[in-house]
Formats: sequence, C-alpha cells, structure tokens
Amino acid sequence: MVTRLRKRYGSGIDPKTYVGQNYIIADASIVFELLQVMRDEEQFDYCVDITAVHYPQRKDQEFDIVWILYSFPHNERVRVKAMIKDGDPVPSVVAIWGAANWLERECYDMFGIRFEGHPDLRRILLPDGWQGFPLRKEYGITQQDSEWVRINLGIESGQ
Amino acid sequence: MAEILKSEQSRSTVEHIEAEKGVDQPFLDATELILNMGPQHPSTHGVLRVILKLDGEKVLNAECVIGYLHRGVEKIAENRTYTMFNPYVDRMDYVAAVSNGLGYCEAVEKLLNIEAPPRAQWVRTILTELNRIASHQLWLGTHALDIGAITPLFYTFRDREEILKIFEKYCGARLTTHAFRIGGCQYETYDGFEQDVKRFCDFVTPKVDEYETLLTTNRIWLERTKGVGVLKAQDCIDLGVTGPVLRASGVKWDLRKAQPYAAYKNFEFEIPTGQNGDTYDRYLVRVAEMRQALRIIRQAVDSIPEGPIMGKVPKVMKPPVGEVYHSIEAPKGELGYFVVSDGSTQPYRVRVRPPSFVNLQALSKMVEGALVADVVAVIGTLDIVLGEVDR
Repeated sequence: MVTRLRKRYGSGIDPKTYVGQNYIIADASIVFELLQVMRDEEQFDYCVDITAVHYPQRKDQEFDIVWILYSFPHNERVRVKAMIKDGDPVPSVVAIWGAANWLERECYDMFGIRFEGHPDLRRILLPDGWQGFPLRKEYGITQQDSEWVRINLGIESGQ
Repeated sequence: MAEILKSEQSRSTVEHIEAEKGVDQPFLDATELILNMGPQHPSTHGVLRVILKLDGEKVLNAECVIGYLHRGVEKIAENRTYTMFNPYVDRMDYVAAVSNGLGYCEAVEKLLNIEAPPRAQWVRTILTELNRIASHQLWLGTHALDIGAITPLFYTFRDREEILKIFEKYCGARLTTHAFRIGGCQYETYDGFEQDVKRFCDFVTPKVDEYETLLTTNRIWLERTKGVGVLKAQDCIDLGVTGPVLRASGVKWDLRKAQPYAAYKNFEFEIPTGQNGDTYDRYLVRVAEMRQALRIIRQAVDSIPEGPIMGKVPKVMKPPVGEVYHSIEAPKGELGYFVVSDGSTQPYRVRVRPPSFVNLQALSKMVEGALVADVVAVIGTLDIVLGEVDR
C-alpha cells in the first residue's frame, strides 16, 4: 500500500511506524485526496476517530489533525496525520465517511479548527455562545467563559 | 376594545406570514410539530435532549443535543500524571467502568512498552467479562422498562447485584471500580474468588434463559421491537457504529477476535450476529453475548496462571515521546484511547474514542419515519451512557 501511495504522492507522504502502529504524515494540501483514495482504493471503510493535538510552540504548524482509519477487509488500522497552521481550514470528510460529522464538530468545539465543507459546523458539547476552545494548551484547566456562566446560569462562577 | 384586539391580532399574523416568507422552508408548517424530549426524561438514560420534528405521530427529523454532562475529561488528563488519571476513566461509562480501565491501562502499557503478567491478564479478562454481563443486564432491564415491561428490570438487577458483590469483594468498589493499574492489577484475588465466580456462572446461566422466557416470544415485545430502528450493515460502517449494534446488522466483527488484547486469544467463543439490524436483533445479540461472556469466564477461571499480578513498572512513569492508539471491545462498541506522550510524567494529550458518542449519531437515521413511541425504543437499543457521550 505504501509503495502505491508513494508512487502517487511522492514526498507528500511520510509513512512511519511506532510500537507496531502505522501512521502516515501527509501534506495538508493532499490530505483530502489521500483520504478519499484510502477509502475507495485501499478499502479503509471505517473512520474510527478524528481528533487534533495542539503544539503551540511549533511555528506555523500548531495543530496535528489525526484521522484514525480501519479497514474491515484487511483488519488493519492506520492513522493519517496532517500538520496545519492555526486558523487554516481543514477539508471535511463528511462526504467520505458519515461518522465524521460529529467527530469534526467535536474537534471544532474543542480546538476551533474549521472543517471546510462540513454541513453543520457548530459546537456540540459546549453551549453555542461559549467563548474559547478548551483543549488548546493556552486554555487553563479552571478557566471558563465566566460571562456566559453569569448571563445564562445567573452565578458568578461555576468553580 | 374588540376592534383594537382584532387589529392587533391581524397585525401579528401579517408579521408572522411576512417573517415566514423570508425563509425558504418555513420552520413550522401547519402539519409539523416540534417536540422537545429531555434532557430530564426517564427514557433518555441520562441527560440527552432530542428535538423531534413530528408530523402527527410520525418523526420527520430528530436532532440530538448533548453536552449536559461534559466534564472535560480529556483536559483533566493533560493535567494529571498517567497514574492519577486512571480513576477518571471509570467515570465515563460508569456502568462498564472495568472496561474503561482496561482500555486505558493497556494503552499506556503500550506506550511504556511493557506488558502485564499473565495472571493479571487473566484476572482482567474475567472482571471485564463480568462487567460486560452487568452492563448488558442493566441495559436489558432499563430497555424493557422503557418499552413497558417492568418485570425484567427486577430480574436483571437482582442478578447484576451478584456481579457487583464480586467486584466489591475484589477491590472494595461496586461501580467505579478502578480495578486495574498500569502494568497489572493492584490486588491479588481474594480467597475463594474462583469459587465465587464459578458459583455466579452457575447461578446466572438459567437466569439468562429466564429473561428470554419473558421477552423473546412475548407478543407485545415482538410488536414493539421487530422492524423498529433498522440499520443496514453499510450504514453502520459508514456511520462508524460498532459493538452489538453493528453485529446485529450482520457484520461479524469483534475486536476481541479481530485484534485480540488481554487474554482473549486463549479462549473459545463465538461472535453472535443478527440479520435484520432491528431492535429485536440487537436484543438477541446482547443476550447471546451474555452467554458467550459466561463461556469465556468459565474457561478463564479454570486456567488462571500462577505468578505475580503486578508487572515491573517504573515508580515514576515517563513514557518515551510518541503516540499510540489502543482500542478494546467495550460492552457498547469500540472504546479507543489515543495517548500522546511528550516524555514527561503527564500525558500530552489523551483522546477517548467513546462508542456511545459515535453510536448515538445513528439515532436520527434510525428514527426517521418511525413513530414517537419508537424513539424511546431506539434510544434504549443503542445502549448509550451519557457520561461517555459527553465525557
């Protein structure tokens, strides 16, 4: 599979293995096409999870977006990873896997990553009017949108 | 006076019509009704809110509103050491706390490149399977109660109690057990553990048949569950649905077989599947799973190896820089942990892939065109735990 993908994308992808688990670091520009190929040609028909990791100290590549895929026919798991800049949009994969809908919404809710082409990108776990994205590293563990809490719950602090 | 009222009324009506003109599809048609279900509702199994768009008794659309139980578990993980975060995972799927702990411990063990000793693997398998039975019993009781059958609840809770007693004797807690540690188990089994587990297996085997006598051929149960909330195999895969819901649609896939963990590769068991993917098949699959779980426990308890129960782990856990995804077959589906280490004592990021969250996404597809009463049956059959959906 790796050789096939290599032929197609050349240096755009970087396949790696860690503790027996395969992952592919892909260029943000080709990631949508790559994921489409993964589903259609490599039979990764099940999108397990979509998540992000925040690295504020990495300049211009603040976020790792991780797609965890599984193939029922091959009983194989692979992760696709792309590094993006804070504020840059990521292509939505809802059209490829229906499961991506809520997973991308959660990712947006927690990290503020915009998924371009998502049919209904809004907060899922936090209330709609909430300010800030809690899983970013600069967001403190006891921090909250105190204004939202005051207006909607009528208390000074939830802590 | 009457004239003023009339003109007021007509003005507001005109405004209303004017307002509707601006929208392509009017929010409320004369025949449509918005019904809000939950978050405080006995059959949403927690704090789930469903906004139903109805045409008479028929559901046109269902939208889930979640997050009422959001505690920020993933954020907490980044501020705790690997060991300190262990008890938190029990609070996600609180009816299957043992499975949560197993997934987390195994993920971190993978990251540390260590393995729990065989004895610990066996004990882990036994407790996890007991927990699977407990989880399915709780599901069966409450699901049947939602649909209108009260008796199964008393039966299943009576038998679940026996499992909780074993947990209590083993580790002191009944629900949020925190039974496992990274690198093995904290406690050696107590004297008579094997006998207790065997006695429980003998006790509960006829009881599972008893549940079936109440429901499997019950005409009301059949009417309420057959052909309700059908999910085809292809839709399941597309929506990422796992666990008994996937298997009831005819996909023979179970992580315990596909990618074995703990001690599962040493035991014989089958993966029960259904054909129709409806509520009734999901019921049959879960009941069959209880029997298979008993089969695993019986094999495991007879062959617990001797040796230490806790492996050698460093006092201060500092996994090397790297990331790992490990998933297990929890009672509700694939439960995955994606752990990123930056080489320090605290995880850089812990992502939990909750089965309930992903499975709940299928709800709107399953209830489209169904009756209002079926929504309750479908929420029940998905077997969600809101603690895990919201985390």
